[in-house]
Amino acid sequence: MDDIDKLIINLLQKGFPICESPYRQVAGQIGITEDALLSRLQTLLDDGVLSRFGPMYHAEQMGGALTLAALKVPEERFDEVSEIVNSFPEVAHNYARNHTLNMWFVLATERPEQVESVIELIERHTGLMVYNMPKIREYYVGLQLEA
Amino acid sequence: MQLDDIDRQIIHATQAGLPLVAEPYQAIAAQLGLTADDVMQRMSKMHQDGVIRRIAAVPNHYKLGYHYNGMTVWDVEEEHVHRLGQRVAELPFVSHCYQRPRHLPDWPYNLFAMVHAKTEQDAERQIAVIAELLGDDVRRQAVLYSSKILKKTGLRIAG
Repeated sequence: MDDIDKLIINLLQKGFPICESPYRQVAGQIGITEDALLSRLQTLLDDGVLSRFGPMYHAEQMGGALTLAALKVPEERFDEVSEIVNSFPEVAHNYARNHTLNMWFVLATERPEQVESVIELIERHTGLMVYNMPKIREYYVGLQLEA
Repeated sequence: MQLDDIDRQIIHATQAGLPLVAEPYQAIAAQLGLTADDVMQRMSKMHQDGVIRRIAAVPNHYKLGYHYNGMTVWDVEEEHVHRLGQRVAELPFVSHCYQRPRHLPDWPYNLFAMVHAKTEQDAERQIAVIAELLGDDVRRQAVLYSSKILKKTGLRIAG
């Protein structure tokens, strides 16, 4: 990852235009060619430096729902339970964390009632109790990491 | 915002990512039998209405050197949580801040703030700033560092 990659990452975390040739526009801002931007983006995605590049959809604004939930997974069952949880398309993110509640995942569903049904399915398939922690209030969301 | 079938098709076609070709909206349009103008108009509308938070790159924290991604959680008085949440959210290094329900007795925490740092010292310094801001209103606190990303795909709707 060189300085141009860092510029690309920092710039594209902020946003990306909707126009006919958006990569050409962004490439112009950076001072590289459109082809160079496209190939660098492909490499950043292939190398996993970027998890994703594209529209970030907001489940609640689509009429759906979001929640944060956690599980207390016995250490010896961690991989098995992780596989079950990740198999649900409604699980948007899942992180291992250092606590007795050691698996934390975000559910994003198209319809609000799906949150409950997915939680029930996860409980049934894992045999574990899901700690559901839907937000009561959101104060700030604005993650941008400087590369 | 009320989404129609065409909006849903656009969401389905782009939720994994935007095509890496010179004219990505044209490519989506061709795939769905629409015009590029139609796709751009609909995506602009979804962006205005907040259905699309933004079109952007999502980095892997670890690959950028941010190894200390801490979910800091705090047990604060219910009557103060709103005021305190707003203040914590103003700290420049806090990326997300929420009030969430407790699950007593094992989970007494009702205020969540995420921090991201490249070193343990930086993370601890950030957490100390939050602790100082919350002051005597904190009864208990914990920091849950992520040790592994198990999944990070974002929202997926059924096709």
